[in-house]
Parts: sequence; structure tokens; C-alpha cells
Amino acid sequence: MRRTPLVIVGAGILLAFVPRLGLPAFYDSLLYLVLHWVVLATSWNILSGYAGYFSFGHGAFFGAGLYTTTTLLARYEWPFLWTLPVAALVAAVLGVALGAVVFRVKSVRGELFALLTLAVTFVIGTIVVNTPLDGGQGVSLSSVPVPTVGRSQSATFYLLALAAATLTLLIAWAIFVSKLGAGLFAIHDDEDAAEVMGVPTYRYKLIALAISCALAGMAGGIHALFLSYVTVGEVFTITVPLTVVLMSVLGGTRHWAGPAVGAVAITALMYSFTAADHAVAGKAAIGLILIAAILFMPDGILLRVQRLFRGRAPVGGPHPSSLPQAGERAGAREPGEDHPLPLAGEGRGEGVRSPTIVAGNVILRARGLHKSFKGVRALAGVDVEVRQGEILGLLGPNGSGKSTFINVVSGHYRATSGEIVFEGRSLVDEPAHRIAAAGIARTYQIPRPFAHLSVLENVALATMFGGAAADPRQAEREAMTWLEFTGLEGKALARPADLNLHQRKFLELARALASRPRLVLLDEVLCGLTPSEIDDAVALIRRIRDQGSTIVFVEHVMRAVMALTDRVVVFNHGELLAEGGATEVMQRPEVVTAYLGKAHA
Amino acid sequence: MPGFTLPSASLLAQSILSGIFVGALYGLMGLGLSLSWGLLRLINLAHFAFAFLAAYVSYQLAVAGIDPLLSLVVVVPAFFAIGAGLHWVMARFAVTPFNSLLLTFGLMGVIEAGIQGVWTADFRKLESVYSHMKFKVGVLYVPIPELITLVLAVGFSFGVWAVLRYTDLGKALRAAAEDAPIAAAFGIDQKRNALLLAGTCTALAGIAGVCLALSFTLAPAQIYAWVGVVFAAVMLGGLGRALAPLIAGTLIGVSEAVTMAVTAPSWAPIVSFTLLIFVLLLRPGRAA
Repeated sequence: MRRTPLVIVGAGILLAFVPRLGLPAFYDSLLYLVLHWVVLATSWNILSGYAGYFSFGHGAFFGAGLYTTTTLLARYEWPFLWTLPVAALVAAVLGVALGAVVFRVKSVRGELFALLTLAVTFVIGTIVVNTPLDGGQGVSLSSVPVPTVGRSQSATFYLLALAAATLTLLIAWAIFVSKLGAGLFAIHDDEDAAEVMGVPTYRYKLIALAISCALAGMAGGIHALFLSYVTVGEVFTITVPLTVVLMSVLGGTRHWAGPAVGAVAITALMYSFTAADHAVAGKAAIGLILIAAILFMPDGILLRVQRLFRGRAPVGGPHPSSLPQAGERAGAREPGEDHPLPLAGEGRGEGVRSPTIVAGNVILRARGLHKSFKGVRALAGVDVEVRQGEILGLLGPNGSGKSTFINVVSGHYRATSGEIVFEGRSLVDEPAHRIAAAGIARTYQIPRPFAHLSVLENVALATMFGGAAADPRQAEREAMTWLEFTGLEGKALARPADLNLHQRKFLELARALASRPRLVLLDEVLCGLTPSEIDDAVALIRRIRDQGSTIVFVEHVMRAVMALTDRVVVFNHGELLAEGGATEVMQRPEVVTAYLGKAHA
Repeated sequence: MPGFTLPSASLLAQSILSGIFVGALYGLMGLGLSLSWGLLRLINLAHFAFAFLAAYVSYQLAVAGIDPLLSLVVVVPAFFAIGAGLHWVMARFAVTPFNSLLLTFGLMGVIEAGIQGVWTADFRKLESVYSHMKFKVGVLYVPIPELITLVLAVGFSFGVWAVLRYTDLGKALRAAAEDAPIAAAFGIDQKRNALLLAGTCTALAGIAGVCLALSFTLAPAQIYAWVGVVFAAVMLGGLGRALAPLIAGTLIGVSEAVTMAVTAPSWAPIVSFTLLIFVLLLRPGRAA
């Protein structure tokens, strides 16, 4: 894997000798264009391919760089090479300013993001054309001297683009294999789940956008002098982003080299038609190729080729469950056997009469927690304390606010009012990824795995962002132990779509545990499982507590609640209805009424 | 910044009127696009290319002496068939919304190349009996070709609105857009309905194309000029609603026309796209 950057640099150095072959200058220009598109497509892919935010605004960032260089050259007579970093910087600042606003609006994803960035392109283009930056007629740079990097002008442009392409590919590769890349791919699949697992989604998107824009701006700066006559009509259009998208999709957006492959293919194709004076036929051919590519290889050339060589990823058969058959233990547990942790006893035991109480320190305290959705009060001021090392059952009829409680504590929703203190630290208004980093993990009632990542990668991601592992490899080793813990080791290389519900629920558990949380929020993990699967899960949850986590357990399966919980709290209409040992609380008349309704006298 | 000049009242009124006319065309173009996006989850960039293809067809028929309105008799069924065929292919390959955007972009390129191959890249202008007809109301000139566009746009928008709202077919389409599998479970033949709707959308593109030919000069490269502003109208109005593109299109047309009258024509695009940006940021739910 680490050979890749050497290969990129080596290829760059080898290609630098091409102008010495003495080919006609025309070939230098053609190769320049190929590399130019490699830079644009690859830079686009860093945000749009990796994180799935398809931008149609690449023309704007490219154009920002192009007009920065143009202005600095034509008005202030800067030396050309010095304008390039400024061009990159201006484009990056523009991108960050845009992203800082757009990425705050949660629903601007997918095609809405595409349209928004396209609209921004036209707005900036209109401003440029109407101000002295362009003036409406375009700007000529024919009197600007081209620096002598290569032997000729065309060789100079070729070498500049080669350097830019090498740099861009190195960056794209480095992000691809880094933690940043892993986070971006998680954002691609499920942004909310990524955030809850500790990925700082907002910051990552901004970083990716800034890098993407800076590289596009640099390409624009070089292109300004290459064109030597710049007009708005050629830059701030829909054709620049669409060409870039086309190249990336054709090559494959889920690989760092995909866009480069697509860029080479399309540019070569465009050239072969224009050279033969069949521009119109070329346009039609490119359209047809795009149609065929979408229909027959929607994942791109590169993945298609990779798949041909590798065959399908090995998918394990039904794995021998390494779980102890839990049936014999469920429901018949002795007090104390499940608490290997030395628990600092505070032993206040208010309203708790169950013999299986754990009297640890309060690890999480929610006080007066309110959450309203446009007038619907999901939580109407609840006070809940979770103690170190316990399994706290969170019960209540449907719509009583249990899942909302989990969503608020994990940072998925922001509390309307009230306070949440975890280990002495306030969590109110903290973004979800900080809460994850503080040591709280959660599962989703309906599993939300990252669909394009393998089971192992899913867990490794949680290890990387919540846990101790810093680099992806260590994360994978760590993740494997969690797969063994949950009995999914045989499915490590499978895709989540190949798992059944039971396995997907266990994947949720493995992912939650991989961040080594001190508090785990389980949202109806047993829902939809068969009785024997429930037994497996109950045994697993007990082992989770045994290895040191405190658990809040939202559940409707009473058998499991009785078997597992040390204490329960019951919600009704967003308020705390009862609190205490499970057996005793479930017999209280107000709890029975809440579940079954009032008996008519 | 350009100088701001306050135009005379009559000039302003005239530009508002022309804004309404061009806005009607935005609305008519956006109608099929919005329906296909909102109800079929397919973003059809080729919609614009189809409109231009229809415009060129009616231009060619006009050269042969056939009234452009009569050309609708050919255009509507032909484009219905094209649209249904395209949808059949997309459904057959289960193309995702985003890929539909790319695929139809490819198709747009193919059609553009086709138009350029047949009619060259030169500007063409349809000449018909309506071309120079206009009448005067007070101080305002009302050109007939634009008036025809307005009448057709209003008529079809209300027609589609009524069908969606009051007929079983319309209800079935809206139900399927909400949740196709559930709609199917209730006995809705979504495949047939989708073909019907896709055909209708493309037929509407054809009608918009004929209107386009009535009042605009045609060139293959002009296809792209309409993409941004019509998308803005569609998004501004909200997807899948029949009257919305017309209303939003008119709003954009008028604000563009007033901007042009007050400042310079080159500032016109900024209005619609700034509007679009604000809609996306402040009311993103409208478009989702």
C-alpha cells in the first residue's frame, strides 16, 4: 500500500522527460489538457466522490483561481508562478465560506447540493462579468511572459500541469488511506450515523471542500495563462462541472485514481474526434459513452476492472456461533455475578428496592430534560440518573419519549432545555461526535450500517473515531476483536446487505462497542429477533457490561428486561412515571395503566 | 457596480409584461421537469434537449409552410412516445436519481449533436403568420407569439393540476411518488402510470419547444442557457406541483426583466440564482 506514493512520484518523474522526446509541440498541449482534467476531476472527487456531496460548483472554484491569476498578472504584473498559491488560496477561501453556510443546513444533500453549487457558479460568474475583474469582454494575457520551466512554452505548461497532477494524486491518495478518508466515506453512506460514531462531519466536509477547491483553483491559475485569453462564458458554466462529474463517474468515484482514469479516457476520446474533424460526432459519442457507462457500469471502470481481477469479495457462510447458549442463564442470575467491576458504592438507593441494585457513582445525570418538535412535547422535563456499571432499563409505551431520550443524550437531537452531565461534564449543545468522543455510544433501532463498507470496515471506523486506534490498520486489528466478541468474525469481509437482521443488530453492537464507550445506549436491539436470537443477545449484553460498560437499555421485550436490568425507569408522555426494580415497578398500578389503559369499572 | 437608472413607468410596465411572457415559458419548460423529478424521482436534463428538438421540428415544418400550432399534432404524440421509451429504459436498468441526471446529460449531448448535424450550429428563426403580429393595450405592446405561449402555459399547468388533484390517475401518481411499494400493494399499476407520466412530461417539453420556436432564435448551444433558470423555477416552486413552476417562473421572469430595465441585461441571471440559493438554504424541505 505504501508503495503507491512512490509509484505516483516515479510516474511523475518519468513523464517529465516526455518533452525531451522531441515530439511536436502539439502533443505537449494535448498532454497538458489530459493532466489539466486529471487535476480537476481528482480534486472534485475528494469532496464529491469520497463524501458523496456531488458539487456542480467546480467551475466556480476553478474560475476563482483562473480570475485570481488573471487579475494578478494583468493588473499587478505579478510573476506567474507566484500567482498560483494565491489562486489556490482564493478558491479555498471561497469554498470554505460557501461550505460554512451550506454544510450547516442538514437537508442540503444529494441533488440539492448539486443545484445549490451550480447556482453559486452562475452568481459568481455574473458578478465577475459585470465588474472590472472581467468587464464583459474577457481579459487578454498575451503580453504576459511565460516562465521558462521547460524548453518551450508548451513544455512549460505540460510540466506545470504534470506537477499539479502529481501533487493532486498524492493528496487524493493520502486522504483515501487516512482517517479523514475513512470519515468521508462514512459520511457518504450515512452522515448521521457517522457523526454519532465520532466523525466530526462538519469539519471533515469543510476540510475536503477546502482541499478540493484549492487544487481546482491552482488548475485554474495555470489554465489562465495557457488560454491567454479568458472569458466568463467558458469558465462559469455547467459544462466544466458536468465534464468533471462525467470523468469521475466513468472512472469510479470510490477510488482515488478513478477520476484520473476517467479524465484520461474522456480527454483522449474528445481529442481523437476533434483531431479528425468530427467534433459533432465526438459530442454524440461522448454522450453515448456516458449513457452506456451509467447503464452498464454504474460503479465506474476502475471498480469494474478491480472486480474482474479479484472476483467477488469472499463472503463467509453461516458462521458457527461462538456465543454461549444463553438460555440457561437468562432469568436465573445471581446477584453480584455480573459485577466484576470494583464499584465505588454511594448506595443511596432512592426508591430502589430490587435485590440486584448496583449502587455505583452517577455516571450520567439528566435533569429537567425537555425536547419539543414544533409543539409536540416528546420529553417534558425528565430527571434520570444512570449509575456506573448498571444496566438501566428504559421502558414506556410507544411514543413515551424513550428513543427521543437516547437521541438527545447521544446528540442526534439538541435538547430544548434541561441539562445532561456525563462524568461531571455538560453535554448540552455538544455536537454528536464530541459526545461520542466523551465515551457514549449508541445503537439504532433499525440498524444503520455504512452500506458500502465491509462489516470489518464498519467496526474499524468506530474504533478509529471513538477509540484508541489512530491509524486504519490498527483499527482493523482492534475491530476484529469486537467482531469475535459479537460472533461476526466469519462475516468480516461481507457487506452489511448480506447480513440478516440478527447479524445486523450485532454489527450495531460491535460498532457501538468498538469505540470503548463507558456508557452504551441500546435502542431496542432485540426488536424483531426470534426467541433464540434474543437469548444470544441477552448473553451478549451481559458480557458487554462485564467488560466494563454501563448500559441504558430501551426495550419492549419484557423477558429480557426482567433478566438483564438492575433498575428500570418508565416514561409516559415524555414524563418520568416510575423508577425502581423491574419486577416491582411493573406491578405498580400507574405503570400497568400506562401500558394497558385504564380498566373500566 | 453599474449605474441604476429608474426607467419610465411605461417602460417598466412593458418590461414587467415581457417578464410575464418569458416567465410563462420558464414555467411551461419547468412543468414536465418538475413532474418527472417530483413524481418519478428522475431528473431529466434531456428535457431541455427535447424542447429544442421540438422547436427545430416545428421550425422545419414552418419552412414547409405548416402552421407552428398545427405542428403540435405531430410533436405531442411523437414526444410522448420518446419520453415513455426513455423511461422504459431507465426503469429497466433501475437508474438512481443521481445517475438519471448524468444519463440524461449524455442524452442531451447526443441530441445537441444530432441537431447540429441536421440544422448546423447557425441561428435559425421560425417565421410564421404570428411572427410580427401584436396589438396595443394602452401604452403596452402585446406580441401574439408570446401571448400564445402564455395561454398554453396557463392552460396546461391548470390542466395537469386538475388531473393530479381530481382524477384517480392523479391520485395514484401522487401515492406512488410517496411510497411506490405501498402504492403497488394497493393495486396501483405504477409501471404503466410511470410510462404515462414520463410520456406526458416529454410531450410537455415538446409543447414548450414549439412555444420557444415561436419567439426565440434557435441554436444548438442555446440548450444549456435554459438549464439554470428553469431549474431555479422548478426548485423555487417545489417539486411535483403543477402550478408551482408557472408561478415561480413568472416571478423569476418578472424580476429578471425589472433587473434588466433598472441595471444592465448582464445582471439578469443573478436574480434567479440568488433566489434559488436562498430557497435551498432557508426552505430546503420544499425541494426534497
